[in-house]
This record gives sequence, structure tokens and C-alpha cells, in this order.
Amino acid sequence: MSPRSYIIDDREKKTFLLDREVLVSEDILRKEMAQIFGQCWIYVGHASELKKAGDFRSRKVAGRPIIFCRDQEGRFHCLFNTCRHRGAIVCTEREGNRRRFQCIYHGWTYGNDGRLVGVPGDEAYGEGFDKSRHGLRRPARFEEYRGFWFMCLDAAAPPLGDYLARAKDYIDLVLDQSSSGQMEIIAGVQEYDVAANWKLMVENSVDDYHLPATHSTWLNFMANSGVKIEPPKEEGLVLPTRGMAVELGNGHFTTDNINFRGRPVAKWIPLYGEPAKAEIDEIRRELVARLGPERARRVADTNRNLVIFPNLVINDGSSVTVRTFYPEGAGKMHVTAWALGPAEESESARARRLDAFLTFYGPGGFATPDDVEALELVQQGLANWSDDRWSEMSRGMGKEGEQLNSDEHHLRIFWRRWNELMGVPA
Amino acid sequence: MTVAVRKAVTRAQVEDFLYHEAALLDDWKLREWEALLTDDAAYYVPPNDRPDGDHRQTLFLIADDRERIRQRIIRVLDPNCHAEYPRSRTRRMISNVRITGVDGDLVSVTANFVCYRYRRYERIREYVGVYRYILECAGDSFRIKERRVLIDAHELGSLGSVSFIL
Repeated sequence: MSPRSYIIDDREKKTFLLDREVLVSEDILRKEMAQIFGQCWIYVGHASELKKAGDFRSRKVAGRPIIFCRDQEGRFHCLFNTCRHRGAIVCTEREGNRRRFQCIYHGWTYGNDGRLVGVPGDEAYGEGFDKSRHGLRRPARFEEYRGFWFMCLDAAAPPLGDYLARAKDYIDLVLDQSSSGQMEIIAGVQEYDVAANWKLMVENSVDDYHLPATHSTWLNFMANSGVKIEPPKEEGLVLPTRGMAVELGNGHFTTDNINFRGRPVAKWIPLYGEPAKAEIDEIRRELVARLGPERARRVADTNRNLVIFPNLVINDGSSVTVRTFYPEGAGKMHVTAWALGPAEESESARARRLDAFLTFYGPGGFATPDDVEALELVQQGLANWSDDRWSEMSRGMGKEGEQLNSDEHHLRIFWRRWNELMGVPA
Repeated sequence: MTVAVRKAVTRAQVEDFLYHEAALLDDWKLREWEALLTDDAAYYVPPNDRPDGDHRQTLFLIADDRERIRQRIIRVLDPNCHAEYPRSRTRRMISNVRITGVDGDLVSVTANFVCYRYRRYERIREYVGVYRYILECAGDSFRIKERRVLIDAHELGSLGSVSFIL
């Protein structure tokens, strides 16, 4: 069978269609695991999760159990959490601080740098047995950009910095809200499953077209709290303010919106309460003094949902969320979401940030559960895929110049890149 | 000098109250449920990995003050709350009710719970955990000052959202 394209990308007719098979097929998922998750840079964790030498977190990244840890010298590692002897998980705790990881099966012991340091009864092995060759295996590549650590299973991949391309500018914007330049993952993780294909979460994370229909109860809540939600004045807009979709290279993209929903970094809304005004003014003054008025406005008065291809989303909106998600079968994904905040943030500002997070995001938020519902309804509807084959994604196609966040330009960027990596040129 | 002597709060009184509350929640009588709350009531669902965290420093699943609870009720009763329309059917089992402390008018209570949830045609979801209450004595009954729901699962995982009042 010759490779075929999963998209119909007809720029002349301004038509973009997606073959729904890519959202339901286990065969395609297997191919994705090799050609997408096996070749792209995949987010592992944030430096702030490991504050001291010996700190570790064990987690699954793209289906791979790994240990994200720091050795006694403080160097960061990403180790496969698989004993070299017979393959058991060697670290069973979620997090902690350890010098050694000992497999419970036969007692092989590894240092927190991955080296094999102990083999019970090792005199029984032949001369050819070399402990130094039996350290925990690790992904071919492991690099960071400003505290965000990624792994790559492909030794021949370009460096992370090149891979991230212009997405780095948008990570920089997130970091600029911290006077120390240090953002940290806040304690408390939200982990939940969505009975939908993982790629639907990519779409949903940046699709501002869906906001009025899916999130009317959130818009009501905002209005009830005193935020003026005015109907769009410009033709073509579906949201109160103008927002763009921006291509960032290598399949990455972002929305870039004029804020109307408040931001803990220096955009007060009544929801935060009168007493918060003075502190938010102070945060704004610090931003302007450090960054100048223009950059300060950029940081405080825009919100941006950034997708790092294929599966890292940084939403710098009502709060900052770092969200990643992995397929667990074609029709199911596992989502992990953290809150990110300036490391030096005051106690009151931190509390406000967390509260603002929960107004929208997460399994108990006022918006995310409805996103989950929408994605699950899509997956359920796709049971008809073989007789109703194509998803429509042509919104705004052929438009010159700036692209609206409520069009589907950025979704097409994702799908074109995905299609290319799956080895089927459009 | 007169000393006001309050009659000791009994477990049976607390159980009656919790069963009543559970029935209101399972029946989606959320306005009546709201009437059980004090004016400064709070509703917390900590994250699975930090059940003892402080919501001002830890990302919770839910950390509602009284006004946010009011807004949550408005939201979940709205047919545009898609995650709860059609509504989940829930059934709570409450047991192991214990009074863990009494401080003036305030009674600390813990209770184990299982909350079975059905949505449309999907399979059952079982939320298992502990309720921790701070109840305020009000005549023969109580008002809820704080309601904290600790979920035993290591992660929310297949439980998905907490879009109803757990």
C-alpha cells in the first residue's frame, strides 16, 4: 500500500480537510509513536521540580517510564526507569531525594547519575561482565531551554534550541513576568484522562473559535464577577478582543491575544478583589522598570496559548499552565497539568495566581471540564468515521497577512507538520 | 456566673446531617444544599498528590470560597455546563463517621465516602475518599463551614473531571 496523505490541503479552493481515521486508528497511533514521539523533542519536566542534588521525580513520558533526577553534583538526568538486569521498574516512588535506586527484584543498585554501583554476588558473572556498561539507559538526547527539559529518542535530531525555533520567543515572554527570570512549577499536579485522541487536545488548546459555544458558563461567571465581556466590534471576531494565530516553525504555533480576562501578572480584574489592586500595580511598575513600557505591555496585556509540537502546551492566560498529554490508545489520552509562577512571587500573589488558575483550568475549573466533554463527544461521534470521513478545517484559509485566533490557520500548521512527519507529503 | 452548657454533639446527629446533605447533592437540589452552608463556607478538593496541601500555595482541583461556590452552583445548573448536561447521576455511600474534635460551636468530622457516578451510557466512575468537615452548630442541626474532599486515587486518571459537586 503506498503512503497516502491524511489531509486534503487545497489552497486554490481554500479547502482543508482531515481524514478522521487519524483520530481513531491504532495502526496510525503505532506509527505516531515511532515517527512523532520517537523523533521529536518531548517535554520531560521543569528544573524547578528538582531543587536539590538527589531530588527525583518518576513519571511516564510518551509512554516511557523515566526518572527525572539530579545527581550528587546537581547535574540533571533523564534515565529510563528500567533495570538493566531483567527489566523491572527501579524507582517506585513518585518523588523524593535519593542517592541510589535499588531494584527490588535482585537488588541491582544504581546511582542517581544512572551508573550501576551494586550487583549482589557479582563474582558469579564472567570476565566479560562490565558494570560500567550496565548503567540505566537513557534517551539519546536530553536538553533544556530556560528550565524546560526535553528528551529526544532520535540521536540525529537537531539541538533543542534549533527545534524550538521561534517558540523560544514565546517561552521568553512567559519568563519575563518573573523579576528574577525564574519561573517555578507550583506544588500540586492535575492528572486526568480524556477519552479522546491526543491530537484533539492540541487543537482544543489553541482553538479560540470554540470559546463562546463551549464556555458560555465561564463567560457568565466572568460577567458575574464584574468583568465586562463586550461583543466583538470588528467583523470576523468571535471574542471581545483581537487575537492572532502565529506560526513559530517546526510545527509550533501560538495564539497571541489582547487580554480581556485578567492576568495575575499585572492586569487587574474585579475578580481579584479591591485589595489586590495595589500589589498588581506594583507588579506592573516592576515590569515597566525592568522591561520598558512596550515589553511590559506585551507580557501583561496579552495572553498566549503556545503549542510546542507535538504535545506541550503552555497557556499564559488566566494563569500559567504547563500541560502535556500522551496517547493511551487511539481513543484515550492522559493529561498532566501544572501551574507555573514566578519563583520570587509573594504569598498573596501566589494565592491569587492559583485562584485565577482554577477559575478556568483543570478538572474542577469552570472551563476545562467542558473542553473535556467536547473532545469526548468528538471521539464518540467519530465512530462514524468510515462513512463520514473528513473533518472540516478551512476556516480563514487563503487569508493574507495576519491570521485570527478564531480561524483554523494554526490547526492547519499542526496537521501539515504531523502529516509531513508521518511520511506522507500533502 | 452562668456557664452555657451545650449538650454533647452525637455521632447520630452528625450522621443524620451528612445523609441529608448527600441526598440533596445526589438529587441535584443544589440551592437547598447551598442553604446548609455558612456565609464563610469553603469547599476544597486538594490535588491527588498533595492531599494535605494548602490551597494558597498548592494547585488544588477545587478551592472555592463562599462566592465561588455560589458561582459553581449557577454554572452546574446551567444546561450550557456541558460536562454536566445531561447531568451525572450520582449515589454517595457514607460511613465511618467520626467526630474528631469539638471547639466551641465548631465540630470537626471525618467520614469515608464512595460516590458512584454515571454519565449517559458510559461505565461507572467510583470516587473513593474521605470527607473532612468543619460543622457549625445551628440549633438542632449544623451548617457547613468547611468541606474538604480527599480522593484516595493516586491520580484523577479515569475519574476525569470533578464537574459536579463531589
